[in-house]
Amino acid sequence: MPTPARSVAVPAVSPRLLALALLTVGLLLMLAYLVAFDQGAVSRSGMYLHELMHDGRHLLGVPCH
Amino acid sequence: MRTFGSLLVRGLIVGLFAGLLAGTFAYVMGEPHIDAAIAIEEAAGATHTHETGDAAEPAAAEEEPLVSRDSQRAGLFLATALYGVALGGIFAVAFALLRRKLRTPSDSYAALGLAAAGFVGVVLIPFLKYPPNPPAVGDPETITKRTITYLLTLVIGLLAVWAGVAASRWAARLGEQPWIRWGVGGAAFVATVVAAYLILPAINEVPGSFPATLLWQFRFASLGTQAVLWTLLGFGYAAVMDRRTKSVHAEAVTA
Repeated sequence: MPTPARSVAVPAVSPRLLALALLTVGLLLMLAYLVAFDQGAVSRSGMYLHELMHDGRHLLGVPCH
Repeated sequence: MRTFGSLLVRGLIVGLFAGLLAGTFAYVMGEPHIDAAIAIEEAAGATHTHETGDAAEPAAAEEEPLVSRDSQRAGLFLATALYGVALGGIFAVAFALLRRKLRTPSDSYAALGLAAAGFVGVVLIPFLKYPPNPPAVGDPETITKRTITYLLTLVIGLLAVWAGVAASRWAARLGEQPWIRWGVGGAAFVATVVAAYLILPAINEVPGSFPATLLWQFRFASLGTQAVLWTLLGFGYAAVMDRRTKSVHAEAVTA
């Protein structure tokens, strides 16, 4: 079932787009890691950010200590 | 046509709002249960902060916590907002790469379908195998194992959704009737999930003395928080895509 061209809102997949997508996802996964698992290695703030986001981690369903 | 950058920025903004509203839900519905669990923990004499680490050290219990409870309540919003931004961005990248493969002319259905698939894979499948626990539950010794198995269920959840979609498309050759396509797709999805559930180790660290009602309420609040996040992500992204589509129509008409 071909999609009408008019409704496709995305650029064509190219090697350049894939590289960009990979880089973006990598950076965003690091951000998610910062919230979910980091204990100072990424944030460079010791345990401060880890403890600050403690309640969020529990309620977002991430395993915690 | 939208560039990758504009698709991404929309995802990040929608994710931020979804995260903040999920944080509001979590604050109202989840915080009372976290407080109740911490009260149980403190009554049991255990220290909650990871900082103190060595439980054998008696001075540790006396130390001021690194972050006060009030700050942690505010930090809840920081956590859900940042998590929402990350999810929103990844969602937008997935939308950009997968949009052409989704067999619908509607960007709304595409966004809602992706959000539903993401919720099932990233939230529901891990939730059913390894339900989240409030503070006071969980052995610090096993955190690495629990983290790895959690991430595995997350990846397997997404794989199971993919398997279901792939199988239902394959089954379309047998006949276009919905019961064939949904049946075969559903069977592939369920088979993947059941196999993973059987292979992955069982983990239950809830102490027998922990109140069952509180555990249930906390888990329900946690599931609700993530449901709010993913629902708003899907509807929010569908909404911003819709505005774009309209403007394209307008351009096409005026051109």
